[in-house]
Amino acid sequence: MYEHDVIVVGAGGAGLRAAIAAQEEGADVAIVSKLHPVRSHTGAAEGGINAALREGDSWQDHAYDTMKGSDYLGDAPAIETLCQDSPEEVIQLEHWGMAFSRDDDGRVSQRPFGGLSFPRTTYAGAETGHQLLHTMYEQLVKRGVTVYDEWYVSDLAVTDESRPEDRTCHGVVAYDIQTGELSGFRATEGVVLATGGPGQVFDHTTNAVANTGDGVAMAYRAGVPMEDMEFIQFHPTTLPSTGVLITEGVRGEGGILYNADGERFMFEHGYANNDGELASRDVVSRAELTEVNEGRGIDDEYVHLDMRHLGENRIVDRLENIVHLSKDFEGVNPLEEPMPVKPGQHYAMGGIETDENGETCVGGLYAAGECACASVHGSNRLGGNALPELIVFGKRAGQHAAGKDLGAAEIETGQRGEYELGEVDAPVEPGEVEPAGDAVADGGVAADAGTVDGHDVVERAIERERRRIRALMDREEGVQHAEIRSDVQETMTRNVNVFREEEGLKRALEDIAEARERYGDVFVKDPSRTFNTDLIQTIETRNILDLAEAITLGALARKEFRGAHWRAEAQERDDDEWLKHTMLSWNDGSPELWYKPVILEGENKTYEPKIRSY
Amino acid sequence: MSTHVPEPDTETEEETTVEQEEPLAPAREERLREKGEARADREERERVDAEKRASDDDTVRLKVFRFDPEVEGKQEPRFDDFHVPFEQGMTVLDALIHARDTFDSSLTFRHSCRQAICGSDAFFINGRQRLGCKTQLSDLEEPVRVEPLPHAEVEKDLVVDMEHFYEQMESIEPYFDADELPDGELEEQRQTRENREKVKMSTRCIWCAACMSSCNIAAGNNDYLGPAAINKAYRFAMDEREGESRKQHRLNVLEQENGVWRCQTQFSCTEVCPKDIPLTEHIQELKREAVKNNLKFW
Repeated sequence: MYEHDVIVVGAGGAGLRAAIAAQEEGADVAIVSKLHPVRSHTGAAEGGINAALREGDSWQDHAYDTMKGSDYLGDAPAIETLCQDSPEEVIQLEHWGMAFSRDDDGRVSQRPFGGLSFPRTTYAGAETGHQLLHTMYEQLVKRGVTVYDEWYVSDLAVTDESRPEDRTCHGVVAYDIQTGELSGFRATEGVVLATGGPGQVFDHTTNAVANTGDGVAMAYRAGVPMEDMEFIQFHPTTLPSTGVLITEGVRGEGGILYNADGERFMFEHGYANNDGELASRDVVSRAELTEVNEGRGIDDEYVHLDMRHLGENRIVDRLENIVHLSKDFEGVNPLEEPMPVKPGQHYAMGGIETDENGETCVGGLYAAGECACASVHGSNRLGGNALPELIVFGKRAGQHAAGKDLGAAEIETGQRGEYELGEVDAPVEPGEVEPAGDAVADGGVAADAGTVDGHDVVERAIERERRRIRALMDREEGVQHAEIRSDVQETMTRNVNVFREEEGLKRALEDIAEARERYGDVFVKDPSRTFNTDLIQTIETRNILDLAEAITLGALARKEFRGAHWRAEAQERDDDEWLKHTMLSWNDGSPELWYKPVILEGENKTYEPKIRSY
Repeated sequence: MSTHVPEPDTETEEETTVEQEEPLAPAREERLREKGEARADREERERVDAEKRASDDDTVRLKVFRFDPEVEGKQEPRFDDFHVPFEQGMTVLDALIHARDTFDSSLTFRHSCRQAICGSDAFFINGRQRLGCKTQLSDLEEPVRVEPLPHAEVEKDLVVDMEHFYEQMESIEPYFDADELPDGELEEQRQTRENREKVKMSTRCIWCAACMSSCNIAAGNNDYLGPAAINKAYRFAMDEREGESRKQHRLNVLEQENGVWRCQTQFSCTEVCPKDIPLTEHIQELKREAVKNNLKFW
């Protein structure tokens, strides 16, 4: 068993920032990650980092834009923390040598982004995430932080008191992908989950193959609620054949969307009469699909994004990476012709419930970045707000885990404050298909009651994981994970997409339940202990099942249209009924739906919900 | 065979294959030649695409290297054939994923982002280091031969041990270290647009190790820093914000016996780099820096 003060799971932007912050607080910290840090999906982020750095801008304006973008489902304490801390964190990156694009006076450049009242998106070409990830990894190397790379964390070591709010996390269990060794990692101070998004729940996604929502699923089964899972962002400009992202920066710099009739539909069909292409992402995605559904799409599938009028110099200076991506992955040279684009799954607004210090309701367990829900983005994230979330909340989670006093959080986690139980008319019983035995080894059954010694809690978790892996490996025949995974992705993309209706959501729940049933017979064909990706993907598929179900349950329960969540049966935002967060607790295999109110009271003001128009 | 499989009972790292050396070419000509090739590649791709669409037998034959040190039948390296249905725009990575998910779930390779930024899937494809995700099947002759990166130890199938590559990257102190930072709240260091442009290409490295694998010098000498690490050093050496003491220290590392002077300007690294980084030029420029640095102390 390995032992450190703080264990960080995942090595993208949030994980690296958390590790650096924890070490600066004096903790012995280690990162455990299924990918080497520079392989993390933060590297694919293109657009930029929102920060109020300049004369004429303020964190208050950034907060207002973010709250409006969230369609009033973000929590003010989290949003204000993000907007207050982002400027110093961006300057910190600059001090660490990050290669930002520069203005003529040598200061970092900023550009306009969708839903922003000021051009505050700080960027490095169209490869901001790559520059950010590598800059932070360099600083990690400088500090000599221990990294266990290509170790797959498959479960958390959490005690099993009946109320999740009374439980404590003592570490994680991880599988060394290179050797097949299973080991415990005890964390004497805290565990920070920074495992990224769940894009692989869908089949047309900008996310990496590694983005399987592992941290969210593990925390969920250990008792931490998932928050606002139904809110999935579909980015309006992804390449049709692969899902590769074309940054919002193209529109920020002046790129224009056209339908098959050559109409600039954002204006000509009245989707966003003021902001046009730079309306919020949910608005633009719906507009594109409406165009396609009404017969004005190209090849009945996509629309065109044209940036030729910007001129080659400006494109190469600020968006060079887009030229490469479009050529390499769609065969289109955007200097010569418009790029085909359509909406694709891009980001999960929801995730592991945390407060503004990154802490969950389970003691010693933290989460930051896309896997977490503080909540900053509410029902819709603004472009340029994901990267500051990584560094602001990664840092806070790392500091807090290492023992720094950040003051009491205003956001309450777990069923501790005001909350109400909810109901959903699901066609099938969600959750575990049968009482968890060794066969399907439920990751959430915790150690015996009364166990207090952290070491023992980790030991028991190792034993449980050993049984689970043995069961998967010993089975000689059955179903393979790839089949189950692709069935789930297909039903999610068909039924839980940009436009959602009750019948489709129910069908998706039935499909997911059937997939769960078949997962009971899943087997790993590759017998090897060396680099057994068959085994890793089989475990990931279990996580995909839990997340797909949570997203769909939330979508079925929420009968209103808010932000990224559109319902055929309820075409209005309903603040009287739905100004609240959707919470889902695993509840030992029988998921429980509940709600907690949104916090609109900020430091000095209350954000009054207004009609959201662009 | 160019792939290096660990021998159970020997510790020698001797390489048996030395590839044909490329004739030297000045950097400019090199780039022009590559541009011409890229255009020819595109035309060729369109032609082959059309042919493939027209043919009835729409499958591509892959020959994939297989090895697993502990699974019977795979301990002896071999090639497996996979016939994958061809779709327009399909990459080598797409084909490998199809083969794994449809035919053999034990087929093992690293991959993640599918868009040439995570640097996980550099393979030896039809005799050249390329990223699987960025290589169109239609650009390749059949059968498409996919092997692990040469000059690295194979762990299993297409997965090689990256430790040595990471060690070299980290040996050049790959981190920014300013002498002093500007005072004042939210005060940033200034950098000219020209200077940012100067380091831009060098910052695009995705650590895929294609360059290291293609380099004859690195193949014969494990201590050579290699193109990627030297390029990383260049990224800081040329950055006007970097602190002088760290710059000096890093230059000392580069000047050692296994630093920049080992490079014989064969351009193989520059040719295979999937991010078009002019690696050889960067190494040459650092050689000049090293000379200037020595003169300074005379």
